[in-house]
Amino acid sequence: MSHSSPAFDVHGIVHELAHYLPAQAPLKDFVHHNTLHAFQDLPFQIAILKASKMFGYQVTLPIETYRDLYLEKKINPLVLDAVIKKTKKNVDVAEYHKRLLSKDFDQPENPRIGKLRHQWKELGYIDLDSFTQPRLFRVLSNYLDQGIAIWKFPVLMKGFLGSIRELEKNTYVSLFKTKRARNLLLNEKTSMEELLQILVADDSMYKQYLFDQQFAHQGWSGMVATVEAQPETLLDRKRIHLEEIILLELLLEIDALDDKFGNKWLPLSKIIRDRPKDLFAPIQFGETAEALAIWQEALEFSYYDQVLAGIQQEKKMPTQAGEKSFQALFCIDDRECSIRRYVEQEDTNSETFGTPGFFNVEFYFQPENGKFFTKLCPAPVFPKYLIKESGSKIKREEDPHYSLHMKKFNGAWIFSQTLGFWSVFKLLANIFKPQASAASASSFKHMDKHAHLSVENRHPRHHEKGLQIGFTIEEMANRVEGLLKSIGLIKNFAPFIYVVGHGSSSTNNPHYAAYDCGACCGRPGSVNARVVSHMANHPELRKVLRERGIDIPNATIFIGALHDTTRDDISFFDEQLMDEQHQKWHKENHATFLRALDENARERSRRFASIDTKENIAAIHEQIRNRSVSLFEPRPELNHATNALCIVGSREISKGLFLDRRSFLNSYDYQIDPEGKYLYNILKAAAPVCGGINLEYYFSRVDNQKLGAGTKLPHNVMGLFGVANGIDGDLRPGLPSQMIEVHDPLRLLIIVEHFPAVVLKTIQQAPETYEWFKNNWIHLSVVEPITREIFYFNAEKECFEPYQPLTKNLEKLDNVSSVIISEDGSLPVYLFN
Amino acid sequence: MNELINFWVVLPLIGFLISVVLPKKNENLISQFSFFSVGLHMFSLYVFLAYWIWQGHPTLDQKDWVLFTSSEYEFFLDFCFDKITAVYAFVGSTLTFLVAIYSRTYMHREPGFKRFFNTILFFYMGYNIAIFAGNMETLFVGWEILGISSFLLIAFYRERFLPVKNALKVYSIYRIGDIGLILAMWLSHHLFRENITFLKLSNYEMVSDQLQSHTLIGIFISGMILLTAAAKSAQLPFSAWLPRAMEGPTPSSAIFYGSLAVHLGVFLMMRTYPFWEHQYSVRVLIFLLGLATAIVATLTARVQSNIKSQIAYASIAQIGLMFIELSLGWGILALVHFAGNAFLRTYQLLVSPSVVSYLIKQMFYTYEPNKNHIKHVISKKFIYTFYILSLKEWNLNSMMYKLYWNPLKWLGKRVNFISMKHVMYFFVPAFLLGVISRYYHLEMHASFSHYLPILFSFIGLLMVLKAFAEKSKARSSWILIILNHCWLALAISFNEEFKFTETVFYLGGIFMAGALGYYSLNRMKRIEDKIDLSRFNGHVYSHPRQALLFLLCCLGLSGFPITTTFIGEDLVFSHIHSNQLALAFFVSASFIIDGLAIVRIYARVFLGPHVHSVYEMGYRSS
Repeated sequence: MSHSSPAFDVHGIVHELAHYLPAQAPLKDFVHHNTLHAFQDLPFQIAILKASKMFGYQVTLPIETYRDLYLEKKINPLVLDAVIKKTKKNVDVAEYHKRLLSKDFDQPENPRIGKLRHQWKELGYIDLDSFTQPRLFRVLSNYLDQGIAIWKFPVLMKGFLGSIRELEKNTYVSLFKTKRARNLLLNEKTSMEELLQILVADDSMYKQYLFDQQFAHQGWSGMVATVEAQPETLLDRKRIHLEEIILLELLLEIDALDDKFGNKWLPLSKIIRDRPKDLFAPIQFGETAEALAIWQEALEFSYYDQVLAGIQQEKKMPTQAGEKSFQALFCIDDRECSIRRYVEQEDTNSETFGTPGFFNVEFYFQPENGKFFTKLCPAPVFPKYLIKESGSKIKREEDPHYSLHMKKFNGAWIFSQTLGFWSVFKLLANIFKPQASAASASSFKHMDKHAHLSVENRHPRHHEKGLQIGFTIEEMANRVEGLLKSIGLIKNFAPFIYVVGHGSSSTNNPHYAAYDCGACCGRPGSVNARVVSHMANHPELRKVLRERGIDIPNATIFIGALHDTTRDDISFFDEQLMDEQHQKWHKENHATFLRALDENARERSRRFASIDTKENIAAIHEQIRNRSVSLFEPRPELNHATNALCIVGSREISKGLFLDRRSFLNSYDYQIDPEGKYLYNILKAAAPVCGGINLEYYFSRVDNQKLGAGTKLPHNVMGLFGVANGIDGDLRPGLPSQMIEVHDPLRLLIIVEHFPAVVLKTIQQAPETYEWFKNNWIHLSVVEPITREIFYFNAEKECFEPYQPLTKNLEKLDNVSSVIISEDGSLPVYLFN
Repeated sequence: MNELINFWVVLPLIGFLISVVLPKKNENLISQFSFFSVGLHMFSLYVFLAYWIWQGHPTLDQKDWVLFTSSEYEFFLDFCFDKITAVYAFVGSTLTFLVAIYSRTYMHREPGFKRFFNTILFFYMGYNIAIFAGNMETLFVGWEILGISSFLLIAFYRERFLPVKNALKVYSIYRIGDIGLILAMWLSHHLFRENITFLKLSNYEMVSDQLQSHTLIGIFISGMILLTAAAKSAQLPFSAWLPRAMEGPTPSSAIFYGSLAVHLGVFLMMRTYPFWEHQYSVRVLIFLLGLATAIVATLTARVQSNIKSQIAYASIAQIGLMFIELSLGWGILALVHFAGNAFLRTYQLLVSPSVVSYLIKQMFYTYEPNKNHIKHVISKKFIYTFYILSLKEWNLNSMMYKLYWNPLKWLGKRVNFISMKHVMYFFVPAFLLGVISRYYHLEMHASFSHYLPILFSFIGLLMVLKAFAEKSKARSSWILIILNHCWLALAISFNEEFKFTETVFYLGGIFMAGALGYYSLNRMKRIEDKIDLSRFNGHVYSHPRQALLFLLCCLGLSGFPITTTFIGEDLVFSHIHSNQLALAFFVSASFIIDGLAIVRIYARVFLGPHVHSVYEMGYRSS
């Protein structure tokens, strides 16, 4: 019956399947990405609808929530009207507005995924998942395990199936219950087609069947696909292919059916009556989808409009006349948005900049005695350099509570008789006075600040494992030049330039890597800050830069630093290099940073119910610090929650606005980049990095069950690479509810300060960057630098159109502390007086 | 001093009751109240402990409320305090106090914040009743509370599939333990002709006197106690439930399955030690069970690649060692071991999320590529075999299916030929006939009347089997459970003089809970239309109040100590003679399946993923 259908291409299907599966790397390499990356080639609204129909994802807020937001005035009626007018061409706006508020829209229909394979249960009276999944997960988890099990998987050299085959061949028991499945496994020639023929027997159904099967546990399948694509993401590397686990699962299905029915069962295509809807059938963009799209856009523009209005209305800050006390480079991260404001406030002669937190130096880092290299640059970059640490004095703490002796038979007996009593005191101590322990992840321990780093390349053939150790002067110069030019810092250097990376500290938190610097691949940015400072202080390099027109005075010194975003602590590196005069100034600057950090901690505390924002600022800061070491604090910090903006331009366009830690800030000077050369690089990184963060938060927020990780409280660590609920559940990629609960699901709005024509040309250069804007996964607008006129990128027409903000008078603030003390929800945009 | 011990039983009870009426929204009040009530319990206990030790740690016993009394039977609550209770109370209150503080921040903003604290206090109440219990009956009250609170905490995330499924699984294992305890109680009634206190058990002469004349009964009682303890403490062959219970928030897993609940089996063995101390065959059995568990659990723990089940199996292995220690008569050592293990596992579970950063860091600095390559063919074969066995948890989980759950389903299917029509037109009239003949004391042939109770209890069993296997109709299943109790009552009334008051005690609770439960189901059927038993319906999502009401009915119907039925069930057994094994078997089997069928109805109708929406619900496997 199926001869007419096109030939069944297993590899093609598995490849496509892998594309749709979650692409989250193991926990230690947690890097934010667009959860629905598989749909990114479609316009946002169509893509999310398709994802929803196929896989049952909730992709927007429920319509009632939008209505509530409307009543709470979080959605501006004027903006809503404007969005209706723009989207629905021939419709009475007032009437449609009313409909949005009161009409009963259709409930979403059941998703298409799983329907075909579910027929086994409906018509075949067998619940395959309950037979196959526990066994599959167990074998898979043990094979991939990175160090929880004491008894390692006995065969690893032969790849996943090969190892299982080897195991099966040499044993008195079996993983299977019946003979046929076992023999099929032992036969190396067994192919997926053959098994599908036994199980389904209609090759036009194979694709949907495999999608149904793998999406019944997309967490595990996604992890396998990720490890297959990037084996280096596991320290203890494992050879595995998605095809292998599919094959094993098919065998387990045959095993389950044979076990229950003997040989008296028919393939699925012979028992089903109605064929369920094709997973990939075209979708209709119906009335409900349209209404939701309008609501969502109205929600987004209710905020964006304030920001864009603010840029036009804000007071122009007078350019500083006096001597600058210092300049500080921070990461573009939205969490640095407020600390920059406070630094500038505490020392009005200071100046701050934002740039991706790897500071344009990409390399692998090897801490002293480390057996592996850690990548310290954005995930898609593959560096050619290695920086090694030597002379470290940091001692690794050990804690017998986790050590392997524990789990040994006789050892455990003694331990539970003795260590047990000690553990109750440890618990008591942590509950009443939280302190860092061996198990805490601390940003300051990433690198020993007193150790030596091999920044300079001694001679060009100094290589290790194909990586060059350190950088040559020429290579350093290129990077420092690129960094300074992209942020527009090429003259008026202050005596100090602080390069401040960021990291975070948390305890009892498997998602710790998600809190660190995304531009450093989920690690703290301390090494990068130190490396780039070392480079920029190098006399030879300054000579080269001078030749290239950047004259850094000898009195200017670069100092690396690390800002811990959880604790709001800072640590400076290589302070001993300063002369006496500098040391004196530095002391003052240090005090400025400390005051700013206190203020920043207080601003953050307004989001935490357990901290009273009215308290003494030092007491608040202490409570903030405690969150990073407390065993029972599931929210050490709120990370990127509420992020919504990315401003690429001079500090002047954001300085007069209160943006409530919601904006990525990338410094950029259009005047030194008339062609958009540096802008191209900035957007090429900002779109996937900030867009990825933003969309991961968006999707984890709107569907925390299917696209997020659910609440983290019952999470159980699987093999050190993932978390699951309970012991036999699916892996849970995405963000836990504790990270996203205060997030407002808004797409990112990138605001660029430049001329529209240049920006348009720039974004169209690289198709992979342009896709983000053309398909509206990110909103884009441009501030014309001279007139401050605003343009918005119309994705349909692919051009910039003038945008007139609807918000007329933004509220003015003298001081932020009044709103910080009184409000604990999201704040509107304010103008500073 | 004796009366004082009531305080530590009553305080958690009051604490729990107050916590139920606290406003749901007020996190601070709920957590502070829990902190206060558990804290007060702990500190007062510490003071008392100091005083008690200073007084030379005498064994205290307090006979409290007599709930029911007849000429040959007395049902009373009794509490005692000795060094076993002292250690269990010390460890229990310390850990619960720490976990209460811990959870205050940890559970912040979690939907079900109040439910969590309610359940923890409920558990704490059960725990204290159990460890202070001075006789089997009182212990049983605590035991039942622990079972239910366990079910509620495993199914804390009640809108997901796996927690609910695993909660049912664990509950059904607990149920075996409950029945072991009931049967042990039944025979010890007959053995000692009274509701014996643990204090009297330590009277060596009295016990050995009885045992010498009834060796078999003695062994049977010990066997039942061991069965109960093994089920509760996850010893072989029940071990596989413990890792599967780790579905709730981590602190609840830590306190329940890491420390307190799982060690209650050990407690039971300690409490009954004077009883089986001189039964050497039993001691050998305990030793072997402990040893086998320790070996199997250690091997299994070593291959676990997820942290919680590794801790669970490691803990099971230690408990196996405690059984060995007890069988050798080293009670004090076992007590110390218990305290150490409880503290250790609680801590390990609480810090289990840290394992990622700790071990990854350690691996980063100490990793050696795996070079293990086994050349020797035979040793390879043995090693691989052990590996696979441990990977499959020695088939313990599938064995439970094979020996317990599947046979029950199979039996259920066999009685499927009985339709509701049969029930209405045959079994109900037959029952009424039975009642009438009993009421008018119709004369019957002696041998015939001898078999009648067995026949009736068998019919009761059929009813409940049918209720358990019912595929779709929740209300029919509910009615069948009520009928089962009626038949049992009838059976007992034919067996012996079963006084009217006793019947009222037994059936009163049943009818009350039954009627209310039926009303609740009826209402759900009217509102939601679908309350099909073939799948989870998750109606708690939109009807939390109905769910709570129905849960109370379920508790009432399953003989939970909130209605008189609880005492009634005990009464029923007091009327079964020690030589009526068949009758005892049918009645106890009825009670096991009864509980299962009731909880199944509750879970299917109210828990699990919501039937109407797949959106905003987790995947089945999540």
